[in-house]
This record gives sequence, C-alpha cells and structure tokens, in this order.
Amino acid sequence: MNDNAATPKQEHEPGTHPNWPAPILTSGPIAWMRDNLFSSPFNVILTLLALWVLWIIIPPIINWVFIEAIWSATDRKDCWAQMSEPEAGACWAFIQSRLSLFIYGFYPEAERWRVNLCFVMLILFLLPILWDKCPGRKYLLWYCIAFPFIAGWLLIGGFGLTPVPTNEFGGIMLTFIIGVTGIFFSLPIGVALALGRISNMPALSTICVIFIEFIRGVPLIALLFVASTMLNYFLPPGTTFDLLMRVLIMVTLFSAAYIAEVVRGGLQAMPRGQYEAADALGLTYWQSARLIILPQALKISIPGIVNTFIGLYKDTTLVIIIGMLDPLGIGRAALADAEWAGLAREVYLFIAVFFFLCCFGMSRYSLYLEKKLHTGH
Amino acid sequence: MKFKPTLILSAATLALGITSGAQAGTLEDVQKRGSLNCVVSTGVPGFAYTDESGEWHGFDVDFCRATAAAVLGDAKKIKAVTSTGKTRFTLLNSAEGDVLWRNTTITFSRDVGVKLRFHGVNYYDGQGFLVSKDLGVNSAKELDGASVCIQTGTTTELNLADYFFANGMKYEAVPIETNDEGRQNYLAGRCDVYTTDASGLAATRSTFTDPANHIILPEIISKEPLGPATRHGDDQWSDIVTWVYYATVTAEEKGVTQANVDEMKSSKDPEILRLLGVEGNQGEELGLPADWAYQIIKQVGNYGEIFDRNIGPNTPIGLERGLNALWTEGGLQYSPPFR
Ligand SMILES: N[C@@H](CCC(=O)N[C@@H](CS)C(=O)NCC(=O)O)C(=O)O
Repeated sequence: MNDNAATPKQEHEPGTHPNWPAPILTSGPIAWMRDNLFSSPFNVILTLLALWVLWIIIPPIINWVFIEAIWSATDRKDCWAQMSEPEAGACWAFIQSRLSLFIYGFYPEAERWRVNLCFVMLILFLLPILWDKCPGRKYLLWYCIAFPFIAGWLLIGGFGLTPVPTNEFGGIMLTFIIGVTGIFFSLPIGVALALGRISNMPALSTICVIFIEFIRGVPLIALLFVASTMLNYFLPPGTTFDLLMRVLIMVTLFSAAYIAEVVRGGLQAMPRGQYEAADALGLTYWQSARLIILPQALKISIPGIVNTFIGLYKDTTLVIIIGMLDPLGIGRAALADAEWAGLAREVYLFIAVFFFLCCFGMSRYSLYLEKKLHTGH
Repeated sequence: MKFKPTLILSAATLALGITSGAQAGTLEDVQKRGSLNCVVSTGVPGFAYTDESGEWHGFDVDFCRATAAAVLGDAKKIKAVTSTGKTRFTLLNSAEGDVLWRNTTITFSRDVGVKLRFHGVNYYDGQGFLVSKDLGVNSAKELDGASVCIQTGTTTELNLADYFFANGMKYEAVPIETNDEGRQNYLAGRCDVYTTDASGLAATRSTFTDPANHIILPEIISKEPLGPATRHGDDQWSDIVTWVYYATVTAEEKGVTQANVDEMKSSKDPEILRLLGVEGNQGEELGLPADWAYQIIKQVGNYGEIFDRNIGPNTPIGLERGLNALWTEGGLQYSPPFR
C-alpha cells in the first residue's frame, strides 16, 4: 500500500504538511493481523482453523473451570448436586477442603506458623537474589546464605521449639524444601565440579569426571531408591539417618552434576583470550575465576542452569517412590477418600497449575536475566 | 572445591552422629520412637486414605492403628509410609516401615524369597475383572484381545498372564503404578478392563460417577489372601502383629465391641478375661502392657467393627462379609484360642 497512485493536487505548502498518523491499514492491529494472520490464502485457512479449534476448546474449559465450578460443598455428591449435571463443572470445594494438607502435608496444626514463617522468609530470601536493586542487598545476601539453615532449624524444631519429625513434612512445603535446597546447594557444588573438571590437576579433574559421569549415568529415581533403601544396608544396623536428609543430599548431588556440565559448557564457550588476558594481568587462579572467568561463563550458562533447576523442581515429585508425600502423593491419598473420590481432574489440574506457575516463573526470570546481562562480545 | 568436602563431611557426621548403634528389636524401636510406621498403599478407597485433617483411615490403616494401640497404648500414634506395589517390600525390608498393612497377598515367593513373615489373613480376596457394561461382556472368557490395566509388581499381574494363557486368549497389558492411575486409565478408555483384587475393584468402582454402568465379572481367577507382613528375624514383633489381628477376630467372636468392652472386663468367660488382660499374663509374655488387647478393642474395635466401618455394606464400598465372615457364620475368619 505504499503506492499512492499519482498524488493529486498539492494541498499543503512544502514544509507545512502536518504529521498525520500512518494510514490505518499499514499500522495498528489491522495491519498486524494482515501481516501475521492473513498474509496468504494458506495462512488465512490456518488462522481460521486455529480460531475454530480455540472456539471449540476454550468455552467448555472456561465453563468447567469457572462458570459451573462449585467452591464450597460437604462432599462429592453435594458438589455434583449443585451443578446442572454431575461433573459439569469443577468441584474446587474438594481442593479447598484439602488445601492445608496440600500446603503443609502432615505438619502438626499447632506448629504451622513455623511453615508460614518460612514461606515469608523464603520471599525475603528470593528478593535480594532476584532483584539487584533491592535496598540493603549487601546485608541481605548474608541472610540469604543463612536462610536454608535457619529455615531447616525452624521446621525441624531447633531454637527450643517442639521437634517435628521430617516424615510429617509433605505437600507444597516438601516440594519447596527439596527444590530450594537442591537449587541452593547444587549451584556452588556444580560450579566447583566444573572448575575441577577443567582444572589441570589430573587427580582433581579425574575425581570430578568420575563423580559427574557416575551421577549422570544413573537416573534420579535410582539414586532416590538408593537413598531410601540401600543406604540402610550399608550403614551400621540400627542407624537412623533422616530420610529427608538423604533425599536432599541425593537431589543436590544429582543436579550438581548436571550444573557442572552446563557450566563447563559455558567455560569452554569463552574465548581463550579471556583466560590468557587474566593470566597476563597476573591474577591468581581464584582471582581470575572470580573476576573474569566465572561471571562470563555463568552468564552464558544461564539458560542451561535454569533448565536444570526446572528439571530438578519437577523431579521432586519422584519422592513418592520412597513413600514421601509431595502434592501428588497427598492428592492420591486424598482421592481415595470415598466422600470425595472421583475428582481426579481437579486435583491434577491444581497440581499442574502449581508446578506450571513455579516453572514458568523460573523460566521468565531467566529470560529477563539473560537480556539484562547481555552485553555482547 | 569449597563446598563439596564440607557437605560430605557434614553428611558423614550427621550419619554417624545419629547412629545409635542399637540393634534393638522392632518393639523397642517403636516404643522409643513413640510412633508406629506402617507401610500402606498410596490410596485405595476404604483401605487407606486421608481425610480433610490429614488423618489416615481405612481397613488397612485401622489394623495399623490397632497395632499402635497395642504397642503404644494410643491408636493415633501411627505414621503411614505409602508404597506402590513394587516398593512395598523394599520399604519394609529397609526398615522404613515396622509392619506392612497394605492389601498384600501372601504367596510362597514373598514369604520365602522376599524373606517376609506373614501373620494370618485379615481379608480373603480374589482377583476379578471390572468392565464397562458398554463392552457387552458377561464373562471373563469373552475377554480375548482386550486391553487390561494391571498394576505392576502385584500378584494380579502374574495371575492375569496365567489365566489368559490357560484359556488360550490374548490381551494387551497396560501397566500402571497405583490404583488411582488404574482408575484414570480405565475411565479414560485406555484399557477395556481393570483387574485387581475384587475388593479393590469394588472400592474403585464406588468412586465412579456412574457405578451402575460397570460390572465386576463373575469369574474370580485367583486366591488373594491379604495379610500383614513383617521382616524376618524379629520373632517377638511377629508374634505381636499376629496376635493383634487375632485379638480383633476373637473379640468379634466373643461379642466384645468398642461399646461394651468395659463391661466385658467383668465377664464370666475366662477367655474374654484373658484377652482383656484381667486374668493371666499374656500381655507381659508379648512384651506389652496387660491391657494391650483392651486398648485395641476400645480404641479401634473388633474385626467386624473395623470391616463394617470401612468397607462394609453400609459404606460406599459396600462389600459383603462373604468369606470374611467368622467361621461360626460360614466364613473363614478364625482365630486360635487365647489360652
Ligand atoms: N493383592 C495383590 C495386589 C494388591 C494391590 O496392589 N492392589 C492395588 C489395587 S486395589 C492396590 O492396592 N494399589 C494401591 C496403590 O495404588 O497404592 C498383591 O498383593 O500383589
């Protein structure tokens, strides 16, 4: 549409032409649609097809999730009785009645404030880490290092609180514990392993290679199984080494091995000149690692690292194999309650949304971080 | 390499630090811990499930509670360790659980090969088939070519293969891990047939929107005597679990119920008096308080009460006593005498 045929008469003196908006057909939503949705007959067909599919799918979903949904009921029958026909809508009343179970697992009711406190502390922990303009960030970072330990003590019952055995942990809280601990500890361990692997001390690098390859060669589920059952055969009889602790160690080591490989990729992707420049400046190994190598290598590795974290986070559901009840396990046990049974869709959707929000959040943040740190070479 | 050694070190100290070194019997362990760890299923309606407040309930769970009542004097002090068909014995053998109450069939290989101790049959079951009425099938013999949802690591998996082979039929197995998964797959049409213990089928069917549209076929293709299990090597603990179960059966036979157990303490029947610890020293011989069985009945109830409360005709599961009636009423539940 650039071809405005022959301009008729000159309406404005040269230099006095007002700034008109671009023609409606070349800018704004219509132009966008023309360019992106209806640019060729084939695209027109695809667009219409897609619209039709959405039209078929979306209204029933919205209807089920929101419009026909029931938010309070005493049991499944009551829930269904309130709908136009059974199962016409979601029975969120079920989730609501189990919400505390989904969040706290079997944590004693009187002590749940400790979990809530930990959730608040978790936000305080994430703030300075994720937001680099956070006021008082320098001091808060010290808090961040201490956080996992404080939270652990609080949950288990240090500080003279009533002890709560870890086998009463469950639900979302358990997912967070495993996820945060795994992420928190596996990054430094992974970086250390990566540095170790490319180090020119043969003994060190061999150990790191063996460790990394061993862990990467075994599925997490096998490691968890070892953690829960085999370890008891190796340790002296009668030993009770907290199961959650064992799981945390296994999960951390597992994701550390993956992080190590991701970071090694970053280290190797850096131009040799950077290493040489660091040496030429006379920096010691640790100085060059801290000031030159790692900042750049980690930046390159962000997508891979976050990818590993997301994987780790989702893998936390595997703990059900060893009898720990993450939200999925809680859901299963709740679904067997004859009063409510049959509402599997609600339960699984709820859990899916929870995991989606967490993982989507992580991946968005990683995109933001990449953009922010992108300085180009 | 700053972090790794510290982590491993702290792990090691933790491991050693918490080591008690005591190879105490299970009973002492449980009493010291103050709670009983029971291996149960991940969730089967009527057998093991959680309510709103996170309390576990169900037929299996009630027997776990009965054990806790006997051992700790408090039926509430239990911890459920959930397990799939495949992980249950490992969890028991690795001492994550003290006793297994999880619709588990007693078989030769489990008793001998897996090195378990079984302690009587608290539910006589058999494997059945659940199909939708729309399939138009009235007998298991007509199932040639069907796809069958089957839980891995169970006896039912093997029975199914045997049955179809013996009848010259083919099937497509759809392996599943948990009962809930089986239910979902079956309802989604992923398999034509769901097979497991008939009790499990009835329990599962009770959760459908339209239970009337599904039938359990008349053929029961196996014997599934379900019962509790413990590890080898702790005879005292085995005796306790055995007699916890028998105490519930004897109580029903003698008419001792949750409601009348206090009156029964002054009964004229010497066996009731021995059972309730009024006479004799059976509790002491088991290493338990004299009123161990009284606590079971008082806090949990006798066999019939446990059955009726969780899976009986008046529950959504709606199972008849059938084989599980007392021997005096034509069933198989039979306890040796408390003498
Ligand atoms: N009795 C059989 C089968 C027992 C079994 O696993 N049944 C299923 C279906 S009722 C079950 O209990 N599943 C429990 C779960 O999904 O956790 C056995 O011992 O192998």
